[in-house]
Amino acid sequence: MEIFLQTLVAGFLKGGLYALIGIGMTLIMGVMGIINLAHGQMMMVAMYITYVLFEFFHIDPYLALFVSMPALFLLGVIVQKYTLNPLMKVESLLPENQVLMTVGVAMVLTEVCRFIFSSNYRSVKTSYSDATWLVNIAGAEISISVALTIAFLIACVLTAAMFWFLLKTDLGRSIRAVAQDEEAAALMGVNPERMRTLTMGIGAALVGAAGTLLLPMYYLFPDIGGPFTRRAFIITILGGLGSTVGAIFGGVTLGLAEAFGATYIGMDFEEMVGLIIFLLVLLFLPGGFKRLTKV
Amino acid sequence: MLAERRIPLILLGILLVLPLVVTEPYYLHLLILVLMWVTIGTGWNILAGYTGQVSFGAAAFFGVGAYSAGLLAAKLGISAWWGFLVGAVACAIIAVPFGMITFPLRGAYFALGSLALGEIFRHIAIIWEDFTEGMVGIMVMQTFISKIPYYYIALALAVASIVSLELVMRSKLGYYFVSIREDQDAAASLGINTTKYKMISLVFHALMTGLAGALYMNYMGFIDPEVVFNLHDVSIMAILVAIVGGVGTIYGPLVGAFVMVAVQEVFRTAGFGLLDYINQQVGGSLTTFIKYVKDAHVLAFGILVVVVIMALPNGLVGDWDRIMGRLRKKRRA
Repeated sequence: MEIFLQTLVAGFLKGGLYALIGIGMTLIMGVMGIINLAHGQMMMVAMYITYVLFEFFHIDPYLALFVSMPALFLLGVIVQKYTLNPLMKVESLLPENQVLMTVGVAMVLTEVCRFIFSSNYRSVKTSYSDATWLVNIAGAEISISVALTIAFLIACVLTAAMFWFLLKTDLGRSIRAVAQDEEAAALMGVNPERMRTLTMGIGAALVGAAGTLLLPMYYLFPDIGGPFTRRAFIITILGGLGSTVGAIFGGVTLGLAEAFGATYIGMDFEEMVGLIIFLLVLLFLPGGFKRLTKV
Repeated sequence: MLAERRIPLILLGILLVLPLVVTEPYYLHLLILVLMWVTIGTGWNILAGYTGQVSFGAAAFFGVGAYSAGLLAAKLGISAWWGFLVGAVACAIIAVPFGMITFPLRGAYFALGSLALGEIFRHIAIIWEDFTEGMVGIMVMQTFISKIPYYYIALALAVASIVSLELVMRSKLGYYFVSIREDQDAAASLGINTTKYKMISLVFHALMTGLAGALYMNYMGFIDPEVVFNLHDVSIMAILVAIVGGVGTIYGPLVGAFVMVAVQEVFRTAGFGLLDYINQQVGGSLTTFIKYVKDAHVLAFGILVVVVIMALPNGLVGDWDRIMGRLRKKRRA
């Protein structure tokens, strides 16, 4: 029972971070209609930024958010502006050349980071990295990582801010308009190209925040991007392509599934669980949670 | 027209007698790799270039083909050459249900699914140690010491894949494939069962890649999950071979395979030993730089993906007239 509750709580908290990764991905999917296969690699870049800030300037990872998010926003804007937007004008037989382009970008990001930081494992050890606090639920003592709890709370704040931005501001409305109907939005005076660039920036900033929040309790090496890219698209498919609410559900579901898989089947299966869920979703619920709720 | 027909035959003739001229094992090794990649690239081209379904899962089929051959020899003591048959069957058995799940769905599902498929098999190969030996890998004794028999087998595979592509594209099947690529709705409204024909196309991709995998096992004698199920060195390489040469062209992958194996090799050997030589001349001050260069082939692949998609969207073969036109214009000016 204790192990079960422990897994449940840990999985749920991790799911909050995954939701942050998924929202960025699903926004990009909604507006541009492409899957960004460089998503995890962008997160890896944010993690290295956080690592450098901590290691050389002794800046706390949570404060590093104020650097890593703008930096990632810039990275997203550059990627969109100089690699993806020009592709709209290229005539090619090749289908999905934009998705392929993101794969190329992902490889370049990974290898450049390997070039700078080498393949060694790195981690950020803060005073609260290994700290836990104990909770008593129904007679069962469970310990919860402090870093994970803080990360979860910040992720919730960022998610709420994102929703406020999308629902209440002019810019957010423009982004949603482009996602719904690009031509109609253009007729209403919204510049779709600018919105695409902006969305890529925001998506990158969100996944960058997730990376920075994850770093104190995780390890870091250049190839870490791949597994997170896969997680991001599993979440997006699970939640329904382009659905932000779905991404939250998808993130939490994946967090829980991975935690239970790791506890009850074996640590090796952490990633397999997600991939199998992905195939099951394609088989039984194509369209994801979005289809169930129509949100 | 006649000249165009003749070029492939002349090329085939050259390739047939090449081992008599090129006796250096190293160059034969490179040629075998090129021919293997021609097979894989052609398979990818049928599915993505002609049918419009981009696959990131070449590694899944490559690995299954290689492991079929390896496991037959290592576990059952049967010759690894039976891997060609067993591997091809195994790939088809995997491809059919996978296509049934992903092809009825529109959008990026197939591309993502194929990416996931490769990863699933990599994890299975790592985790299921009793069956696959995990990260230790599988070793098989090579049948021939000389590289020449492998060269002809690889050549036979490459020729078979290109000839079957030619035949398919001249038949009704080829027109169905292209119609699905151009406009799936229009194809469906003309009564083409799009899922079925996408599936046939996928089976071509799976078979050719699986056969190449079985060849790889027999030729190299050693595999492990990180080599044969590698996303960058197999799946992305397959894509690059096709797009560098020319998507949706018959001889594109042939050109692409030459270029890509050369690129890979230039980095791995640091300019075929040229940089090592320069390093010796200047007294070893370039040693760290050379180490970086030798590790940089994945970076080069990434940059190539970006550059090729932007500048040569139809590949060297597809954009040949445009490239020549531009060169001619420059010469005139």
